[in-house]
Amino acid sequence: MGQQDGFDRRLRDARLRHGLEREQGRGQLPAGPWGVGFRAGVEVVSALMVGVGLGLLLDRWLGTWPWLFLVMFLVGSAAGVLNVYRLFNPRKRDRG
Amino acid sequence: MAAEGKTIDALSQFELTPALGVLGAAVNFTQSNLHMLIAAAIILALMTWGMRPRAVVPGRLQSLAEASYEFIYRMVTDQVGEEGKRFFPFVFTLFMFILVGNMLGLLPYAFTFTSHIAVTFALAAIVFVLITVVALMIHGRKFFGYFFPEGAPVWLAPIIVPVEIVSYLSRPVSLSIRLFANMVAGHVMLKVFATFVVMLAGLGAVGPFLSVMPLALNVALVGFEVLVAFLQAYVFAILTCIYLHDAVHLH
Repeated sequence: MGQQDGFDRRLRDARLRHGLEREQGRGQLPAGPWGVGFRAGVEVVSALMVGVGLGLLLDRWLGTWPWLFLVMFLVGSAAGVLNVYRLFNPRKRDRG
Repeated sequence: MAAEGKTIDALSQFELTPALGVLGAAVNFTQSNLHMLIAAAIILALMTWGMRPRAVVPGRLQSLAEASYEFIYRMVTDQVGEEGKRFFPFVFTLFMFILVGNMLGLLPYAFTFTSHIAVTFALAAIVFVLITVVALMIHGRKFFGYFFPEGAPVWLAPIIVPVEIVSYLSRPVSLSIRLFANMVAGHVMLKVFATFVVMLAGLGAVGPFLSVMPLALNVALVGFEVLVAFLQAYVFAILTCIYLHDAVHLH
């Protein structure tokens, strides 16, 4: 009996080693309260920065100040919220 | 040095000064560049000398080299999948460069090159260009479907597409800000409490006893910074892997 268990374990290890099976739940992002809070903040701020920066650039290019800036500010905020949402609900990993 | 004129000067440690004397000044070779070269030399030395014995039972240096190799190898295969093995050299280089850079910055007289947004953003921009090129090469035009989730109502496209594009473009920004902010914050805190040590020590008879408190705090902070240095290199590498997964599999 013990021999059979050993064989199963070795078979699983070998299959894992050669990429026939995937081990789950390893190598995740560290999740302390401070780390998560800081990460969420950075995601929001960076999305806002990109949105506002794009808005300002487009405004300078098209001469539409301040309209695109205002629109892109809202888009940046939405993208920030989306980033935080993705942080806690990652896209499905098994599809594709 | 830090406590000159009874002010706390926590930011001068991030100033760039030319290294290597006249030659360095002529070509603007700063101490930041010097530390990058040192970091690269340390990684090279670890990998060449560490793996030279090729012992079955590894020595200290060899097990360090093997542990770092296997750590990143497993991270890449776990996150990206088997087809991600070809990105292993890239992620490994990135991780080791950031890790050694962060650790190097904790040594006295050393400079932390990862505390400059120019450096971290350059690294993040390399990652961003790589994931975009990989996604375009593997999926071609289908890559642009990434910005519009299938099944969403078409009339929402004018809202969803810009938001998704901004969200995608914010990846290198958040990647670089996270590393940069962590390193700056840690070094500023170290400097501030180190200044307190000097300032309190000058308070007469009780001074030296009072200054033990910030000194003790600094000891704890250095330990904490070692953790942060590793953690931030790890986070940078694993986020690169997650982005590579998105690029390869494209949801």
